[in-house]
Amino acid sequence: MHRTNWNTKAENRAARLARVADALGARRTGKRVATEAVVALLEAALEPGDRVCLEGNNQKQADFLAQALMQMDPQRVHGLHMVQSVLALPEHLDIFENGIASRLDFSFSGPQGARLATLVSAGRIEIGAIHTYLELFARYFVDLTPKVALVAAQAADAQGNLYTGPNTEDTPAIVEATAFSGGIVIAQVNEWVDGATTTLPRVDIPADWVDFVVVAPRPNFIEPLFTRDPAQISEVQVLMAMMAIKGIYAEYGVQRLNHGIGFDTAAIELLLPTYAESLGLKGKICRHWALNPHPALIPAIEAGWVESVHSFGSELGMEDYIRARSDVFFTGRDGSLRSNRAFCQAAGHYACDLFIGSTLQIDLDGNSSTATLGRISGFGGAPNMGADSRGRRHASPTWLKAGREARANRVGAAGTPRGQKLVVQMVETFREHMQPAFVERLDAWTLQEQAGMDLPPIMIYGEDVTHILTEEGIANLLLCRSDAEREQAIRGVAGYTAVGLGRDRRMVENLRDRGVIRRPQDMGIDPREATRNLLAARSMRDLVRASGGLYSPPKRFRNW
Amino acid sequence: MSNIPPGLETLDYSFPGHRQAGAFAPVLVGVVGSGNLEVLLEPASGTQCDIHIETSARGFGAIWEAVVRDFHQRHPLAGVQVSVNDMGATPAVVSLRLDQAVSELAP
Repeated sequence: MHRTNWNTKAENRAARLARVADALGARRTGKRVATEAVVALLEAALEPGDRVCLEGNNQKQADFLAQALMQMDPQRVHGLHMVQSVLALPEHLDIFENGIASRLDFSFSGPQGARLATLVSAGRIEIGAIHTYLELFARYFVDLTPKVALVAAQAADAQGNLYTGPNTEDTPAIVEATAFSGGIVIAQVNEWVDGATTTLPRVDIPADWVDFVVVAPRPNFIEPLFTRDPAQISEVQVLMAMMAIKGIYAEYGVQRLNHGIGFDTAAIELLLPTYAESLGLKGKICRHWALNPHPALIPAIEAGWVESVHSFGSELGMEDYIRARSDVFFTGRDGSLRSNRAFCQAAGHYACDLFIGSTLQIDLDGNSSTATLGRISGFGGAPNMGADSRGRRHASPTWLKAGREARANRVGAAGTPRGQKLVVQMVETFREHMQPAFVERLDAWTLQEQAGMDLPPIMIYGEDVTHILTEEGIANLLLCRSDAEREQAIRGVAGYTAVGLGRDRRMVENLRDRGVIRRPQDMGIDPREATRNLLAARSMRDLVRASGGLYSPPKRFRNW
Repeated sequence: MSNIPPGLETLDYSFPGHRQAGAFAPVLVGVVGSGNLEVLLEPASGTQCDIHIETSARGFGAIWEAVVRDFHQRHPLAGVQVSVNDMGATPAVVSLRLDQAVSELAP
């Protein structure tokens, strides 16, 4: 076969740009497109069957472009293949209902999980695969490269430079993949500056990578996903946080870590300047973080615990605080946060020694999942944070200690010296409404059958989990030497759930003697001392006060 | 029993104890609120530890039994009446409140 044209992408791109110029006429000035012409812009730039990345993650959303996509004429544009981090807005699924899109590759569908399951079973959506964030970004550069990227930024100038503000998030990864493969990049912005009398505070995406800019009629939506009101932290969560600090952080000297979302880990953050300080751990643990700017970390930062925080995204209300603490956070020359989801995911995977997070269900093998029946949700970044990094080659005392525990007395490949990342699942044995966190069989298996998936949607594989922490104690799975031991170690911290009541008491006591299971009293912790008084902040107001008034919580969290 | 609101479940357990509590002023810990409970300890005659539970969460008898059995194993009290007013607390919270109540007893 003789190929004569090696530049079809460039020609196709030129044709699209020419179509846009024709369709918009005076409604376009350079890269700037009039707000009311947005649907015409998309109809001219897109072709049926295009692979399209619509920016939206668990924080910021290109919501105006999502609405515009939905308003296109399905006769002109249809059968799109959507490749996007998160399905969060109704429009993300509306475009499948009206035929504009037909195929989907994604990472997380949080609020739209139930509707997504319905559409899949009705045959309206064909799912390629569910990825982690990092996996999906990786595929943007291999076989899921977007032809058109629809992104959100805070502001643009006349040349088309973009300023994202603190919520840079996924934008650089998406734009890089699209702009350097003959694709088209379209940005919605909250404001436009001329670049002469007013300039951008900094450039996050250079103009050369951007084709069109539309000023949205209202600021793009941002979800304050990582804000947890300390008033809702329970004594049991305080107890579990004490065990995490004394039984794991201190034990392994954890300096570099990532916390999941939720009240369990917020409790740990709020115990650093109080309980952990009283144990003399300042400087010995928790100095470097891959973490969104959690308001709950403010007291620890103020007390001098934290050297650095790199963030996936930003958090509403934290802008001024971050700006005033530029030694700790990654900030631009303008002073505001520069977040980057792709780099922070890589940091969490390769440069952190510990991940700790919550889950909904854990089985007897230690597999855990947040997948629930009737929903197709995905796991976002959790599987990359909560996995041993097999490609890691640099050592740290924490990583080496975990590796030694896992490999002691083993030979051959299993005994080859190497380190291991600490992956901790932290759960109360019963969630609200007495739902047990420990189960014989994950709902994930039923979900696999129902949705015809290749694999059960497991968030963190039992093989990667090193510790399970409940109010009953800590099970150190690194020290287990058989599946039977592992099962009893898990049952041994499963409390009064059916799984916990089904324990072999003798074997569990034996595991406790060996330190595989440790109760609070084995760690020198008296559960009666686990009171909310230990929290460095007990309300949102306390957090604001701790920040010296720099933290400004969103309205819904202002309860005073 | 007639003054118990509909929907509440009542459970009673009695264990033979050997740590005589003697005379003490009644102890009350916790609050009746969603996901929480109130525990009242009062002196009683005899060598039993009687536990009376009223709970808004029906159908968890087997778990209550395991929780109070473990409690009595930790604290084999005698001559004590324990009354529990529960609004759907988890076993972890129940055990914590019971232990907190007993620690108020200790001289």
